[in-house]
Amino acid sequence: MKEKKEATETKKLSTRLEWFWFLFPSLLLIVLFFFLPVIITIFVSGTNMSSSTGFNNWKWIGLDNYKMIAIHPETPKHLWLTVKYVAVTLVFFNVGMALVISLITTHISQGAGFFFRALWLLPRITPTVIYVMMWKFLGANAPYGVINQLFVQPLGFTPQDWVPAASFLFIVLVNGYIGASFGMIIFTSAIEAIPKDIMIASLVDGASFMQRVRYVILPYIKWPLLFVTTYQTLSLMTSFEQILVLTNGEFNTEVWSLWAYHRALNNYWGNFQWGFGNALAAVLVVIGIILGIIYMRYFKFGELVQEPKIET
Amino acid sequence: MKEIRSRNPFTRSLPYILLVVLSLPIILGYLWILVSTFSTRCYGLIPVDQQGNYFKGLTLSNWAFLYDKSKTLNASIWLLTLNTLIIAIGLTVGVVLVSMMAGYALSRIKFPGRKSFLSLTLILHSFPSVTLLIAIYFVLRWIASVPVIGRGIPLIGGFGYNTLGGVILVSIALQLPLGIWLMKGFFDNVSWDLERAALIDGCSRWRTWWQIMVPQIKPGIAALSIFSFMEGWKSFLIPYSFMTSQTKATLSTLLNEMLSETSPVNYGTLAAVGLYQLIPVLVFYIFTQKYLLNIFAGGVKGTA
Repeated sequence: MKEKKEATETKKLSTRLEWFWFLFPSLLLIVLFFFLPVIITIFVSGTNMSSSTGFNNWKWIGLDNYKMIAIHPETPKHLWLTVKYVAVTLVFFNVGMALVISLITTHISQGAGFFFRALWLLPRITPTVIYVMMWKFLGANAPYGVINQLFVQPLGFTPQDWVPAASFLFIVLVNGYIGASFGMIIFTSAIEAIPKDIMIASLVDGASFMQRVRYVILPYIKWPLLFVTTYQTLSLMTSFEQILVLTNGEFNTEVWSLWAYHRALNNYWGNFQWGFGNALAAVLVVIGIILGIIYMRYFKFGELVQEPKIET
Repeated sequence: MKEIRSRNPFTRSLPYILLVVLSLPIILGYLWILVSTFSTRCYGLIPVDQQGNYFKGLTLSNWAFLYDKSKTLNASIWLLTLNTLIIAIGLTVGVVLVSMMAGYALSRIKFPGRKSFLSLTLILHSFPSVTLLIAIYFVLRWIASVPVIGRGIPLIGGFGYNTLGGVILVSIALQLPLGIWLMKGFFDNVSWDLERAALIDGCSRWRTWWQIMVPQIKPGIAALSIFSFMEGWKSFLIPYSFMTSQTKATLSTLLNEMLSETSPVNYGTLAAVGLYQLIPVLVFYIFTQKYLLNIFAGGVKGTA
């Protein structure tokens, strides 16, 4: 009798803790690669740790790294470039182009619309290095470059190597052609979800295509528009992979996140300023955490959380 | 959506013209890689032979990199392919398994802190993980100092800095918020009765999970697997940052190395190596688009 009681108790305990073992691997990885790194970023940003001090001889220097950022002669340059890059890419591609493509592809035949949307997804699924390589050769100097051959020379302009010559335009284009597909997908499904009778009513009323966009479609996709704008602002602000491969920050393309990466992990001289780099990254981490919490609040993610029906 | 029909042929073709013009960089980029892969040299999109004759010089010689190491900076393309494949498969198996476990618990089990764990997953999903790269370097250096686990495992090297396993582990972690959220959504849609029946019949939670629930969400598993495999196959930044002792560790890092060589490399070979890495991605993309669109629509973390 006693044995049986013990057995049921162990069983009870094991069922009570089962959820923990289901979650254990995720918890471990999240602690190791999200929580710990956030703490490390903040902690190391308060030290002078670098490859010359090593992991043992560093000193605690409080907020000096942040003061250094504030007075660093290069700070205004990187900051302005980042703001300009995020704003231009966002307006013209991640939101603007995304909207244009989704509007057109939902108003032509279904097959063609599907084809063009698939085409626009290609940059996103193509390995970054290959994708950037394509752009490099589109802009390469004569006789190799495609832009020079098809557009510049026939129009009588002087061919040149376009990546250094128009570096800002290129980082916007390279990222924009990837970024546009995110908004495109979200906008397309939002437009397709607009009730049919409302769309048809606008036709019956004799609205032109532009009027229909302005007065019917845009008001309907207000929330997706806001979502894509905020979400992509954060992505653009922090991602630097494409720029790293395209110019490696040369030709005045060193955005803030790339600056942090170069200082801390990857530079030509092999002098890694972990403290300073982490301070630069910490600025972005804090912005990311704040925006992440705001998104959750405002996009009503909470409503997606339903209670499980089986009690244990 | 009904298209707006117009009788004027110009107005009718206008959206197509506009679309083609806007898509031109993508079209030209892919055309370039295709043409230059198979030609000796390329002026723009026109293949050119050694003597400079236009529309001549079609060749397969750019594919010599498959057996000639000197074409790929003395790295064996097969070894790099194997490395890339290990990362892709490791990431896929890891993400799918771990997300299925967590997704099930979050969808079906009541436990303290469930709501906070869910919101945490969501915050992490929108959090720009790339900003943590510098700090992750410290974590990997620390794991590397742990005996055996750090750098003493065959095939993947270990889980520390400068090992394939380390790259896999970081990739799994960064993909996890998306995976957990996706799997939870699929489990939410499985009928409760099925599971209740299994539990009442005395099936343990683990058996219910593995034998009853997992087979129900095969489409979700397929979608996440395909997506993760492609992410692993094309990943660049993580291997580039954390396998620094071997600059030519994967196909992506090799290609980057060739691209940034100061001495002029053979563009044909570059394009061929690129196409070689691209083919599996394209095949997957063409045949599994429906699955993938599911994930992209669920809000994949945009690289840009």
